[in-house]
Amino acid sequence: MSAGAQPNFAPGASGAATPTIPQAVTRRYRGGPRRILGGLKSAPFLVLLALISILSVYPFIWLISASFKPQSDVFDNRIIPEVWAWNYDDVFAIAPVATWFFNSVWISGLGALLVVLSSSFVAFSFAYFRFPGRGALFALILATMMLPTAVTMIPVYLIWNELGLVNTQYPLWVPNLFGSAFYIFLLRQFFLGIPRDYFEAARMDGDNYWTMFWRIAMPLAKPALIVVFVFEIQAKWFDLMTPLIYLRDSALFTLPLGLKTILDQFGQGGGGQGEWQIIIAGTVLTVLPMLILFAIFQRAFVHGIATQGRKG
Amino acid sequence: MTSVAHSTTVPGPRRGARRSFSRFLRAETWAAYAFILPWAIGFIALTAGPMAASLYFSLTNYGVEQIAGFAATEYVGAANYRQVLEDEKIRTSLYNTLFYTVLSVPAKMAVALGLAMILARLLRFAGFFRTVFYLPDITPPVAIGIMLLLLFNGSVGIVNTVLGWFGIPGPFWTTDPNWIKPSLVIMSVWTIGGTMVIYLAALKSVPRHLYEAAAMDGAKPWRQFKDVTLPMISPALFFTFIILTIAGLQTFTEVYTAYFGTGSAGAESPDAALMNVVYLFRQAFEFFNMGYASAMAWLLFVIIMIVTAIQFVVSRRFVFYQGEKR
Repeated sequence: MSAGAQPNFAPGASGAATPTIPQAVTRRYRGGPRRILGGLKSAPFLVLLALISILSVYPFIWLISASFKPQSDVFDNRIIPEVWAWNYDDVFAIAPVATWFFNSVWISGLGALLVVLSSSFVAFSFAYFRFPGRGALFALILATMMLPTAVTMIPVYLIWNELGLVNTQYPLWVPNLFGSAFYIFLLRQFFLGIPRDYFEAARMDGDNYWTMFWRIAMPLAKPALIVVFVFEIQAKWFDLMTPLIYLRDSALFTLPLGLKTILDQFGQGGGGQGEWQIIIAGTVLTVLPMLILFAIFQRAFVHGIATQGRKG
Repeated sequence: MTSVAHSTTVPGPRRGARRSFSRFLRAETWAAYAFILPWAIGFIALTAGPMAASLYFSLTNYGVEQIAGFAATEYVGAANYRQVLEDEKIRTSLYNTLFYTVLSVPAKMAVALGLAMILARLLRFAGFFRTVFYLPDITPPVAIGIMLLLLFNGSVGIVNTVLGWFGIPGPFWTTDPNWIKPSLVIMSVWTIGGTMVIYLAALKSVPRHLYEAAAMDGAKPWRQFKDVTLPMISPALFFTFIILTIAGLQTFTEVYTAYFGTGSAGAESPDAALMNVVYLFRQAFEFFNMGYASAMAWLLFVIIMIVTAIQFVVSRRFVFYQGEKR
């Protein structure tokens, strides 16, 4: 990918729409405070960071290690289990975990795909076209980001109830057909960074708006589309409230709701005997796919987050 | 905001011959609206319409009987709002939510900034540590709620075990009403990766010549931090301040997972963990008091608006936007 197509999310603070190459900005900084504080003094920093890293990572290690322990040893705080137990068979046996897992995968995937498409349409419109009411409509989109979901949650439920679609999975992904304010904002910034000449040239070649969107805007926006895609996968994978509101049959559950059900059933609070080894194995199954997603799309995650801060 | 302002300066397609101008403009306008259509439909059906409906419901007795059609929906005026203001549980839940937000937001910001400052200066391994500190942020909140119960378990949890090494008898974090919220705050500081990455990006975009000029003038590291770094990254600080506050005021999943449930667990749910949105959720979807819950939702909305407005007003003095007259 050429430098011109770098993810050049417009630097909000300066308000300029000219493409910038982040690396160049980064490089300017090197050697500044580093020359003053770097070098010799970095050893204590490394020790400090290593200690904090343990705090950051230990819960994962604890969880994975405990998932291989028998019930009596769960809290023994050994990293290597003294007695090994295979709790994963139990998790799959006591609950339709495989179904939940599959549900989460397809709902996340479909939802993310739809929100990428719908948000791109809207973002492209605000980035490329001039039309009456553009400024006001865009301000309205930004304003909806402030709205707590709690305000619309109840009437939206009643709509789905009216449609007879409560206790189906439609309410979990259909709203993604309509774009999402934050993603629209993110993608618009990106589309604004595409040189206008590209579109002019495409028009010369006989492209109309529709083909221009697909042939020029979308391919060049690929880094931003990936950011939106992984963010939405994560959001869907994290979501407990929506499934909690809409789903009743356990066959329809997503993984977070399923895990919560297991916790209620086997944790001490729910009158269970505290069979934590099963709950922990379920937790690992919920966490692990996100770790894999992060391993694959680390750049997209970090870049997307870093961009948020420049919204100004 | 700058983004809105600068959208008006973006040039449209270059105009062709004058005579086709109006026709072209019309085609463009229609195309633009067509591309916006998905959002427009969603906005009307899932945001604006429901907001109006929610406002209406908040003035009615809409509940389980009305949903089922056994009883008529009655207009009750401001009764729900009066009840909201008198409800002890709402007072508790608001106190809990504010307590949590007021402690967790500054704590998260401080830790994230500290780590970002160190990482920005690191000669090596900065990428590695960034990844490590980001990991907690990709943990599903349900899993975080479960981890909270496990790690902070009063008798066998690792937190109290470690405290025990130093001779400190740890409290019963997850059952003692005085320690439930502090443990939630501590757990929330675990997920600072995103905030840290934002600060890191902001720190890296501070021009080096500012530090050189400051050093030339004899500014010590603390002065450089106070008079160069902080103003230059203040937009990022402000942004995270707003976002974290709004998120904090709507805390739900971790708390609900750990302390609330549909089974008998619900009966033992401690009031000390009752967050605003948790209580709202239970009123709406466990007790189906939709009218009452709608009134609660509007109260939450007003609170968020007020808090955000205060943040904006106060921050105007501290946030420095480069290249912009404020």
